[in-house]
Amino acid sequence: MDKLVMRTGGWFALALVAFAAMLAARDGGFAVHMGIVCAVALGLAVFAMRSADYGAYARGLVKMPADQGRYYDDVIRWGVIATVFWGLAGFLAGLFIALQLAFPALNLGIEYTSFGRLRPLHTSAVIFAFGGNALIATSFYVVQRTCRARLFMPKLADFVFWGYQLFIILAATGYLMGITEGREYAEPEWYVDLWLTIVWVSYLVVFGGTIIKRSEPHIYVANWFYLAFILTIAMLHIVNNLSMPVSLLGSKSYSAFSGVQDALTQWWYGHNAVGFFLTAGFLAMMYYFVPKQAERPVYSYRLSIIHFWSLIFLYIWAGPHHLHYTALPDWAQTLGMVFSVMLWMPSWGGMINGLMTLNGAWDKIRTDPIIRMMVMALAFYGMSTFEGPMMSVKAVNSLSHYTDWTIGHVHSGALGWNGMITFAALYYLAPRLWKRERLYSLRLVNWHFWLATLGIVLYAASMWVAGIMQGLMWREYGSDGYLVYAFSEVVSAMLPMYLIRAAGGLLYLSGAIIMAWNIGMTIAGAPLRQEKPMHDADYDAAADRPLPAAQPA
Amino acid sequence: MADDKTPRIDAATGTEFKGHEWDGIEELDTPLPRWWLWTFYATIIFAIGYTIAYPAWPMIDSATRGVLGWSSRGALAEEMAARDAQIAPLRQAIAATTIDKLTGQPQLMQAAVEGGRAAFKVHCVQCHGSGAAGSAGYPNLNDDDWLWGGDLATIEKTITDGIRNPDHADTRMSMMPAFGRDQLLTGAQVDDVVAHVRVISGQDKRTAAAQRGARIFADNCAVCHGPAGKGSRELGAPNLTDGIWLYGGDAATIRQSVWNSRQGVMPRWNDKLDQATIRMLAAYVHRLGGGEATPVETAMAADGTTNGTNGDAGQ
Repeated sequence: MDKLVMRTGGWFALALVAFAAMLAARDGGFAVHMGIVCAVALGLAVFAMRSADYGAYARGLVKMPADQGRYYDDVIRWGVIATVFWGLAGFLAGLFIALQLAFPALNLGIEYTSFGRLRPLHTSAVIFAFGGNALIATSFYVVQRTCRARLFMPKLADFVFWGYQLFIILAATGYLMGITEGREYAEPEWYVDLWLTIVWVSYLVVFGGTIIKRSEPHIYVANWFYLAFILTIAMLHIVNNLSMPVSLLGSKSYSAFSGVQDALTQWWYGHNAVGFFLTAGFLAMMYYFVPKQAERPVYSYRLSIIHFWSLIFLYIWAGPHHLHYTALPDWAQTLGMVFSVMLWMPSWGGMINGLMTLNGAWDKIRTDPIIRMMVMALAFYGMSTFEGPMMSVKAVNSLSHYTDWTIGHVHSGALGWNGMITFAALYYLAPRLWKRERLYSLRLVNWHFWLATLGIVLYAASMWVAGIMQGLMWREYGSDGYLVYAFSEVVSAMLPMYLIRAAGGLLYLSGAIIMAWNIGMTIAGAPLRQEKPMHDADYDAAADRPLPAAQPA
Repeated sequence: MADDKTPRIDAATGTEFKGHEWDGIEELDTPLPRWWLWTFYATIIFAIGYTIAYPAWPMIDSATRGVLGWSSRGALAEEMAARDAQIAPLRQAIAATTIDKLTGQPQLMQAAVEGGRAAFKVHCVQCHGSGAAGSAGYPNLNDDDWLWGGDLATIEKTITDGIRNPDHADTRMSMMPAFGRDQLLTGAQVDDVVAHVRVISGQDKRTAAAQRGARIFADNCAVCHGPAGKGSRELGAPNLTDGIWLYGGDAATIRQSVWNSRQGVMPRWNDKLDQATIRMLAAYVHRLGGGEATPVETAMAADGTTNGTNGDAGQ
């Protein structure tokens, strides 16, 4: 009883504090955010007071099987649902802003739906909400199984998941209300940053604690990558967001850095958000789910060691390539470039280890649409990690910088690599977490694969054309020594490319909707879809012989 | 499995297992692919070479400059100097030729128009639009309706000195009174004038209000806009009868113009651009479609003014 009073009282006190902060807020956005915190705390107070087990009710609603005892999987099941949900939200926001670029009237003439506010909503939704939930969920799944240990402090793991959702809500609503630090991929203001720091340190405790209590002699390579991702993101997040709030009751703050130091700190963060969030973290997913789905051993232990350490060491220095030909001193630009060039092979080490793990199981590309997604993810990973070092070369960058080529590069990585490997992991996880025989439908996975692939091809190809066209038009001098194009002429030349890009986004979103349906039906426990099996023609040994001409006479 | 003394061989690849196992995942002991390793070495060697050639290593109070002596500021200065050298003879020729003489030299005129086209895209499109078609408050430069005049020298003067620049004595200046706001006319009188202007611009039928407005127009407006409302270029007073409107010809917009006055500003360019660029812009705008021939007496007057103010600008 005392415990109940303490808990309820604690939540209620927090609600009161948030309510007071809402009333005393210096700006409307901060008031709304404190209102959200107050509502959440009140909800939790009621939740704690009532004897009804709402948790069990919610788990029943999404048909979660009873906790099996060995591993703590409830939080992972919520993570799968959240990943699918935020993925749809993020892709939809992306499609909408792509259409805004083609048809500016879609800004609707109001601040809340203007491109400038929806763009960070899209990037944060896909990177941090979709990608972040995928990383948290899969890391909890993988670390338990490869350590053969139950999650350390399961309640704290619940806090990590739900606290992260609160971070997403505060960040997203903040963008719409115009609350931003103006730092790309680090837009949330100081109080949301502080909240994320608490959540992230808890994440480190849960993950690190599970590794410490493992019952395996060695730590599996996927866990190295997860740990590098969690640790480095903590460091990047804290340093880049050092700032001084104008008021403890207002949303505005000012960065601790100024001028070019500020820019370099931001892009040190920005580039390593790509390097450690979108590369190291997703490589960790790859290192578990590819060998599991292919049922093959990892290609090379040595390669995994060498490419892990070289990737970790080199990535952190590459940020200055985002500031070529700016006020950043030449020497820093040079170092940013050469570290990026050296990063090429360490990045490809992950692709080689992933693809070559299929040695002896290449036939599964024909029969298993999930393997197909993984192979496509690795192919796009390899392509964008070649494209990145190439674009960091100053001569190339002078053409590509500030153009849509950069957008195309980011999306071939995000849609192709991060998206595809996440979809594959979700398809792997859903039937296992909900104890189903298999996915509701494999044919729908195949549909998803082709829609997404076609979408990426349209997206990347149109942005390459758009970016190179932009770069060439901007710099074109006539033979008489004058610039040929006005900026607005370059903008109007982009329209067809913008339309193709939006079409690609529509295909990608359609694939994700099919995935949501498929995973939803799997969770609901619907009878497996009646469909033709995925198997193709059987292997015909007689047909597998060299061409007659190739044989020695 | 980890305790096996003799390594097992993977049947599909013929490679030894490393002997680790996690949740059913094993690892092969494949050596590093040679091409991978050598390419990695090659990028490292390239990086070392590049940092020797270019500015790279931070020292105590500066950084190594690189054996090539390259710097991004130096490269920019070099490119700009090369481009300036390329077009210098042409610019000198244009700067040395007064604008009314330019018409006599078709080749130089053509070069000036092309240069003006490029400069227009950088400096003028923000207000006048990429096609120079203007928008509300910003005149269309393609038509033959000119507020201050459309011959070469007059256009050059307008660009040079701007319109209603408070800090510049030679700027083009005229102030239409704010008839309503400053209570020079009553609200009803303003409505009558608007009705009259709607009539002389051929948009409305003659009414009693318009007839009252005609008398008010004669007393208050005709001094600048002329008795028939045809405007005056000396004062930059627009022609009200031609159906071309700077702000709009509907009754509400005209009423706002009369009530508050407008007094739009165009920046002067003699403090931003050199003589040759301004001359090229004038040639380009003149060529857009509405350029007028040079009247003899105006050309001489304008000639004197422009040479006096801009002899040294930017050259």
